Amino acid sequence: MKTTTSPGNSSDVLKDASMLKQKEMMAKHYDRLTNAEANGDKVVSTFVPGNLNELIMCFDLVNNLPEVNAIQSGLRRKSGAYVMEAEKAGHSEDVCTYVKSDIGMMAKGNIGPNGSKLPDPDVLLLSYTGCFTFMKWFELLREQYKCETIFLQTPYMADGKITPNMIQYMVKQLKEDVIPKLERVSGVKFDIDRLREYLKKSAEAEDDLVYILQSAKNKPSPIDAYFGGIYYIGPIFGAFRGTDDAIEYYRFLREEVDQRIAAGLGPVTPDGPMDEEKYRLVVEGPPNYTNFRQFWKMFYEEGAVVVASSYTKVGGTYDFGFRHDPDRPLETLAEYCLGVYTNRSLPMRVEMLTNYVNEYEADGLLINSIKSCNSFSAGQLLIMREVEKRTGKPAAFVETDLVDPRYFSAANVKNRLESYFQMIEQKRGGVKKEAAA
Amino acid sequence: MTTQTTTSIIDRCQALYEDLEFTAARDWKDAKPGRKVIGYLPVYIPREIIHAAGMLPLGILGGGDQLEVIHGDAYYQSYICRIPRSTIELGVSGRLDFVDGMLFPSICDVIRNLSGMWKVMFPGVYSKYFDVPQTYEDEVGGTFYENELGELLHDLEELAGRKVGEDDLRRSIEAYNRNRQLVRQLYALRAQKPWQVPAAEAYLVIRAGLVLPVEEHSALVEQYLAAAEAESRPIRDNCRVIVTGMFCEQPPLNMIKSLELSGCYVVDDDLMLVTRWLIGDVPLDGDPLHNLSAAFLHHSECTAAKYEPNQEEKGQYLVRAVRSTGAEGVIFASPSFCDPALLDRPMLQNILKAAGIPYIAFKYAENSGQMQPIREQAGTFADSIKLWSAA
Ligand code: SF4
Ligand code: SF4
Repeated sequence: MKTTTSPGNSSDVLKDASMLKQKEMMAKHYDRLTNAEANGDKVVSTFVPGNLNELIMCFDLVNNLPEVNAIQSGLRRKSGAYVMEAEKAGHSEDVCTYVKSDIGMMAKGNIGPNGSKLPDPDVLLLSYTGCFTFMKWFELLREQYKCETIFLQTPYMADGKITPNMIQYMVKQLKEDVIPKLERVSGVKFDIDRLREYLKKSAEAEDDLVYILQSAKNKPSPIDAYFGGIYYIGPIFGAFRGTDDAIEYYRFLREEVDQRIAAGLGPVTPDGPMDEEKYRLVVEGPPNYTNFRQFWKMFYEEGAVVVASSYTKVGGTYDFGFRHDPDRPLETLAEYCLGVYTNRSLPMRVEMLTNYVNEYEADGLLINSIKSCNSFSAGQLLIMREVEKRTGKPAAFVETDLVDPRYFSAANVKNRLESYFQMIEQKRGGVKKEAAA
Repeated sequence: MTTQTTTSIIDRCQALYEDLEFTAARDWKDAKPGRKVIGYLPVYIPREIIHAAGMLPLGILGGGDQLEVIHGDAYYQSYICRIPRSTIELGVSGRLDFVDGMLFPSICDVIRNLSGMWKVMFPGVYSKYFDVPQTYEDEVGGTFYENELGELLHDLEELAGRKVGEDDLRRSIEAYNRNRQLVRQLYALRAQKPWQVPAAEAYLVIRAGLVLPVEEHSALVEQYLAAAEAESRPIRDNCRVIVTGMFCEQPPLNMIKSLELSGCYVVDDDLMLVTRWLIGDVPLDGDPLHNLSAAFLHHSECTAAKYEPNQEEKGQYLVRAVRSTGAEGVIFASPSFCDPALLDRPMLQNILKAAGIPYIAFKYAENSGQMQPIREQAGTFADSIKLWSAA
């Protein structure tokens, strides 16, 4: 799945305490990863949705997220070559480019964003949550690394509810398979109280994250909940959920957001504070990473700010009240996995996006449809129509890819966005006329 | 049993195959008041449970190359396979208006999401995403699956307005055991004498089982087996291949015919796996749902839609199939944009490479019209296999 930590080099204007903190956290993390062998640390590779970071920390394992590596490759403009490398080796042009970026990167020496080689994983934790591709991706990695692979299945929330059968199934897998295997690989005995401690810390940071994301209900919104949101979810979706670092990061961020609200300021963009907020959008779907800045600019140049997005829920959906609960340590991990955005049924997604448009008083829904990603993309045209119908607000559809630069057509996207903004204007004009009549 | 020729049997199957109005299933439903029909998509559904509830399980495999997709394309981007759009077309055009419920098995994210689309688009119809375990311990995946089966049974009981007893389930298991045996016999006969069972005929005979009641289909397969054995057909100098990757979106019938015409006898395939997903008979003694679950966990087919927990076992089913059918090569025929088939393909190819088994690969869509490139590729493959075996 996709989430990122630090999209591109931030310009000088972005030197808030939270930014500096995140940079430092990421640098430390990548150093720990790339020095794992020298330091005798064991490495686990896993996914962002269904990321069991608290559990992983109980075994002193270092968390490596191939999706985040793919994003980093996209941002550093290396993914295009990696994808082609994988296709040359026989991977189909039709499948997810995260997988191909990862496989191509391995073929080219597996160099991480800090310029050092990423370690081979000691264990693959295949947390099968919300995306079919995960299963095949880690079968492919297992073929390569020949290492222990631990499987955890998250049933799909097809009927919009979590059933006791789902929870029992997941808890059993954790108890009988996942935990014993992690103990074996790491040589560390599982301590449930240690897990509780981490979960408590997770919940603390999650409170602040929700506060930050919901601050976009203000007008103007002090944050961009998609492009900016991708920075904000980095620590909690990645290797920091359950740590003091994450708590501190979100505290800094929350203070900054409060300051912006008090000053009536909009979001900070790579070109400095955003001018007047003209359009408020809800965005569905992952972003494009190969042209991340350019894509973002198409929004802020026009005064468009994203007030809510589904992508910032792929590594956990916290805004409906879920928090990691130290009193039910294994059940809470199960509920966390079950609740991630891509594990939610299509009717749930429609409802969620409809509510976002209403609650965040957005002008409409924009879908960025990703060629790579069937999990997100199959059904998005229906989602668009339904949300449009239920909110009475216009929706629009653009198509790009995550990390394959061949599928980012700047002119095309820009055109579509411009006509979408015009559509919003027309709609507003219509509403005003109606009101005047 | 009156003796029938393969031609008359195949004509009937062909008519069923071409009938996008599902007249046979409609007739079955109309024959008695209160009858219900449950549609299902690939790759596997425990049809026994539907049958036990007195309903007709109806396999929906997209629209093939004859259905004009007018509405379906408006629901999908160009980079998504074709079966969901033609399935939507079948729904929107009213061709499934007699279907009382739809089951969407856990095969990939496209069909998974289609289950939700169905709920939004056809709110009056019972529809369910049918989740299956990807872990195979009795106490873990088994318990989960048994509960899922129980839930499905409960839903169908509500729909049927009656309870389904254990004996109902046993009778249905028996009927499907019989059907699976016959389907396997058909596959065995084809592997043995592929000239007697042309691939397109085998396809149509099996495909009829997705629309006919199981008892009727079993009789049909039996008749076909007898007729195919009895007829003598010319043996061609074809090589023997396994075709894999077609477990969901169907290839056009023409593609199957083209393979044979270009010199490849198909001795095994992964088409319509639902008809033989469970390997061996499901026991009749004991708790029927438990037995169905145990068969699913421990005796079921391998396909890309499943997780293989054991690296040593990955893809070995294909090598074993090659050995047991005497195949000389494998053709990877995958629907365009099919994640399961295409993500699995490189791993399977590596395994074949290691086992010294030749293969080729191409993609298709259910409505592919141009067979020439496929014919050429398969022809060249057949020639090279013959050359190798002559060398
Ligand atoms: S298919 Fe989508 S959800 Fe799955 S790995 Fe690729 S981008 Fe992530
Ligand atoms: S053809 Fe492949 S991708 Fe398409 S619905 Fe079937 S399994 Fe899924």
